[in-house]
Amino acid sequence: MSDATISMSGSHPAPAPARRTALNAIHRQLGGKMVAFGGWDMPVEYSGITAEHRAVRERAGLFDVSHMGEISVRGPEALDLVQHVTSNDASKLSFDQAQYSGLMTAQGTFVDDLLVHKFTDDHYWLVVNAANCEKDFNYICQQNHFDAEVVNTSDGYSQLAIQGPAAIKVLQPLTSVALAPIKYYWFTTGKVLGVECIIARTGYTGEDGFELYFDPEHSEKVWNGLMEAGAGVGMLPCGLGARNTLRMEAGMALYGHEIDDATTPLEAGLGWITKLAKPDFLGKTAIAAQAASGLQRKLVGFEMIEPGIGRDGYPLLRAGKPVGQVTSGGPAPALNKNIGMAYVPMGMSAPGEEFDIQIRNRTARAKLIPLPFYKRAK
Amino acid sequence: MPYPANFRFTPEHEWVAVDGTQAKVGITDYAQKQLGDIVFVELPAVGAELVAGQAFGTVESVKAVSEIFAPVSGTVSAINSALVQSPELLNSDPHGAAWMVEVKVAGKANDKLMDAAAYEKFVAEEEASH
Repeated sequence: MSDATISMSGSHPAPAPARRTALNAIHRQLGGKMVAFGGWDMPVEYSGITAEHRAVRERAGLFDVSHMGEISVRGPEALDLVQHVTSNDASKLSFDQAQYSGLMTAQGTFVDDLLVHKFTDDHYWLVVNAANCEKDFNYICQQNHFDAEVVNTSDGYSQLAIQGPAAIKVLQPLTSVALAPIKYYWFTTGKVLGVECIIARTGYTGEDGFELYFDPEHSEKVWNGLMEAGAGVGMLPCGLGARNTLRMEAGMALYGHEIDDATTPLEAGLGWITKLAKPDFLGKTAIAAQAASGLQRKLVGFEMIEPGIGRDGYPLLRAGKPVGQVTSGGPAPALNKNIGMAYVPMGMSAPGEEFDIQIRNRTARAKLIPLPFYKRAK
Repeated sequence: MPYPANFRFTPEHEWVAVDGTQAKVGITDYAQKQLGDIVFVELPAVGAELVAGQAFGTVESVKAVSEIFAPVSGTVSAINSALVQSPELLNSDPHGAAWMVEVKVAGKANDKLMDAAAYEKFVAEEEASH
């Protein structure tokens, strides 16, 4: 046996030694299988990706995502800087509200994708991908021609994501903050298990849930308290493997796969985070030009209709010729089929279109279906 | 899970059980644990020629594709179609119901094969290095 391809999404060769979150020892105690991810030593699975995935869809799962980066932007012109570097319209945010956005190049492609949180008029807080954090921070500093201070606050936070329909039931007894009134993509601050937290109703799984940010010093206390509280509903600790299959089913982009510095938000189906009515942002001219001239290619979803798994990087063929490429692909544990996302030419991007996917030395048929693959019942 | 005394093992974590000129081939319990949930198995056709040390099939877990190498040379006389239907058998019964192919052995077996005791030691060393 030998790994022909490891398609664990977002994996990068880790510069040794890999960084460890404050929960590294706990992950090992729990039997977590550790892998290098974005320069970090992270659990890819504990009890198994399929079981963890289903736990999140049906009950609850707990993820250590402390590898994620956090960057604060403060000052009288904090909003101007955020508006300049991101594609979504941060001026629309209220206090305690978050939005999904893109950190853009002048060419209208992605430096990263991120969550923008607004604390106050002069304090915004960005959550970015672990592997991109240094790059993002340097880029934002470079673009900072404003009266704003940019600080990489990543070392100041652990991040836990509790996700799934039962997440609120597990978390509520541990905090005096009323969770039900927090709407999706809003946040508040308050104590969980006696530890001061940012409590955000956000996630990367397609389920209801919360993301907690707090001083890493309290990591084991919060993790253990949540695990204990979740035992009654069958909550499982979940690794990056399930995080990937969950976000894929939910049709969410992963940097380095669906989006990167060669893809635009329009191609990636992220027109909804691209506000061309905003007075100015990096890449706006290029994106507006692309909107005017029309797209050449588009991100689509597919399901395999013949046995086989179309994985990241595999070509999509028409009449034997490569016309596109899989960006993320694999089994969808809650849907019992093999799915994926891919870029294909606009003229071939309608649901129902069929392709052969080159899988090593053979091909298997795939059919385009609408994104997202999975949508939770409201 | 114990490693059966009548099996021989490769350093790439395949097993072979030889009975006269017939041999059954599969992957070990250690291999399935490393792979995690197995979701797809690709096997050669009956009649295909296996060459010891060369890839003859693939096993896919949720996150990875792994090639499987032949522990012996010979002609495939049967494949486990139940395994193709239910790849998860590799997680539940890797040394039994999840055999992959049956081979009519030709020539000598790979002389790098380990017995169960040697393989257990080999696996313990691999685990310690993680």
